[in-house]
Amino acid sequence: MSEAISALNGKMAAGEVTVREAGLRGMLILRGDLSDKKLRRVCTELTGAKFPEQGQANCDGDKGLCWMSPDELLVLVPYAEAAQAVATVETALSGTHFLAENVSDARAVIFVEGAFCREVIAKLAPVDLHPDTFQPGDFRRTRLGQVAAAFWMQDDDTFAVICFRSVAEYTFDLLVASAKAGRVGAFSTPD
Amino acid sequence: MLTLRCPYCGVDADETDLHGEGQAHLKREGPGSSDEDFEDYLFMRENPKGVHFERWRHAYGCGKYFHAARCTNTLQVFGTYSAQTLEPPQDIKDKISDARPGWSWGTFK
Repeated sequence: MSEAISALNGKMAAGEVTVREAGLRGMLILRGDLSDKKLRRVCTELTGAKFPEQGQANCDGDKGLCWMSPDELLVLVPYAEAAQAVATVETALSGTHFLAENVSDARAVIFVEGAFCREVIAKLAPVDLHPDTFQPGDFRRTRLGQVAAAFWMQDDDTFAVICFRSVAEYTFDLLVASAKAGRVGAFSTPD
Repeated sequence: MLTLRCPYCGVDADETDLHGEGQAHLKREGPGSSDEDFEDYLFMRENPKGVHFERWRHAYGCGKYFHAARCTNTLQVFGTYSAQTLEPPQDIKDKISDARPGWSWGTFK
């Protein structure tokens, strides 16, 4: 098989806020009844993550679970394990109504790291990103500029952004432009 | 700017996150219906200045359809609710009655 390369091959733009493509990441889209015990068990076993509540993401390193909609979950696993993870889900849920698909190569993951990463995203998305309403662990599907994207906060200084592979370059450039334009100061306490 | 709370995600979604899908609570007229009913179903819509019920889709979010009750005149939003219903839930109707006593829309009041 040919060598897999992520959308931007780990491209990075360093600065006060650094924008960095994550490289190859394993992603499964899983649709089904999210209250189903079997579904919840196989997801938590695959990732070691707690099953997310509405609008939440529980991620650690390459692994995690993100709440996409009332019947859709994004399962993050190491890239090499994605195909096996689909097989595991299909075995565990056989006989129930569900859909699991390996979308690792259809998406790109971009990290936004730095002190005012919150503002870099806030300038691009119609989302209230005030620290009182958006905290690490919160997950949101929305748009960035002109394209669909999803993001969550890993910690106070890191956002992870997921977008379609075909618009990875646009999203990356957009985030870089937003970072380069600098801090607004809308959320920060006076320092 | 119109902001509606998606009843599925629980998030306040900006108009640009959503897609308007026209009037809510349409009764489909299919094969066997009279030409007049079918024409009404296809073309005739409420066009109120005031209380209105609309279908929206959380296009950039969960992708689900939901219904919204709002005022076309003031942009006041009375509430959003699941699209799996034939009429607005009572709590939404109560909220409208509080703000617009004597309102009516189609067969609802």
